[in-house]
Amino acid sequence: MSDLHTTPLNALHRDLGAKMVPFAGYDMPVQFKPGVMKEHLHCRAEAGLFDVSHMGQVIVRHEGGFAAAARAMEALVPVNVLGLGEMRQRYAFFTNENGGIMDDLMIANRGDHLFIVVNAACKEQDIAHMRANLAGCEVEEITNRALLAVQGPKAEYVLETLVPGVAAMRFMDVDITSSDWGELWISRSGYTGEDGYEISVPAEHARALAEALLAHDAVAPIGLGARDSLRLEAGLCLYGHDIDTTTSPVEARLTWAIQKVRRNGGDREGGFPGARRILTEMQDGANRARVGLRPEGRAPMREGTELFAETEGGAPIGRVTSGAFGPTIEAPMSMGYVPTNLSEPGTRLFGEVRGKRQPVVVTELPFTPANFKR
Amino acid sequence: MKYTEEHEWLREEDGFIVVGITEHAAEQLGDVVFLELPDEGKEVSKDDEVVVIESVKAASDILAPIDGEIVEVNEALADDPGKVNEDPLGDAWFFKMKAADPSQMDDMMDEAGYKKFVG
Repeated sequence: MSDLHTTPLNALHRDLGAKMVPFAGYDMPVQFKPGVMKEHLHCRAEAGLFDVSHMGQVIVRHEGGFAAAARAMEALVPVNVLGLGEMRQRYAFFTNENGGIMDDLMIANRGDHLFIVVNAACKEQDIAHMRANLAGCEVEEITNRALLAVQGPKAEYVLETLVPGVAAMRFMDVDITSSDWGELWISRSGYTGEDGYEISVPAEHARALAEALLAHDAVAPIGLGARDSLRLEAGLCLYGHDIDTTTSPVEARLTWAIQKVRRNGGDREGGFPGARRILTEMQDGANRARVGLRPEGRAPMREGTELFAETEGGAPIGRVTSGAFGPTIEAPMSMGYVPTNLSEPGTRLFGEVRGKRQPVVVTELPFTPANFKR
Repeated sequence: MKYTEEHEWLREEDGFIVVGITEHAAEQLGDVVFLELPDEGKEVSKDDEVVVIESVKAASDILAPIDGEIVEVNEALADDPGKVNEDPLGDAWFFKMKAADPSQMDDMMDEAGYKKFVG
């Protein structure tokens, strides 16, 4: 216990009856009283409140302003940072020299600097990486703020009552606004496949803001358990599971996040770690691909389940990297890697569950349609 | 009613032993999403894995609490696994057994003993 970090909402979670677990070095709520299934369905139907304060919030500044900071960042990510509009954010990933993924992150253009959100489990390494490799930049970890996410079809209505103006934001807009809870850094984004917001709030106001959100009937607190099933239904990768240092963005089918300007023939082609492999794979294809998988039976195929092309014999051709029961689709669902020639939707494969090979069908992602407000 | 340290309950009914899991176990498992029940007529020994139960969190095995024959399984439960969370002591029984040696139940906990066991 004592060696775990806590977020500014730790006492609130306990007061709300959360079941706490260690996660990425933090004492975090895995579920509240209703349980994973009800929390998941509530978020899709109404709105859920998530504590994501364990994630790393980082400001990157350069004397030369946004453009200089963006150019420095482009040396670490295969993403068009320079072309990001003011008060807009986008998804990115740090790549390594082998073309693998070191972490995935969000980058926002906040006028004269970058605001970055990274995964909890990777934040120390990411910050060290940025400090060592962002030429001429000052990298400041923000430790006096909590990060809340409010997600779901009623998120807009609820947050607008507390912070007027947020309804006008579009998907991936960011804003800095004063409020009864101090200065809020808001983005219209999240990781559930639903519309919603992520709100960075001064730590001393975090509980009051969370309670103001929870005062709405539509809002229920959601733990990490439902956060995981929500993101998996939405087809989103969990770092350390679906993507890691051994998976390239092309294998992971994240090439949509690599804008034209950074691809072969673009104005700022390459120039990021692992560019040779990644750009070659973009042209010639990768050997394997991340796909959605729908087991035909009811048994979930969890992370680590080996995949086979045949009902008997042969070596494994792939592996499940995330698997659970999807409360919204009322069926088991998985993601995993398969050879590219077996990655067409509709391809029937077999996953070995408790020694038996069970049929599973390659499926388009996401499992549930996204409800973003574009 | 008798209870095991594996959080199963056993109830005698018409000469057979009905087996399920306790409320405490259901709560610990979380929402149950899948059940694999044994074949009726199967002969089992105590501690054989007879049921696979998958919750939103993980897969677990339910062990045969005694030696005997599985005479009936609760097929309705396989179609609606969520019942395990709603009514673990009632509708959500798993299977009925014909006990080979009823004295195996003698040392099991009664309700007061089980309550103390789970604290």
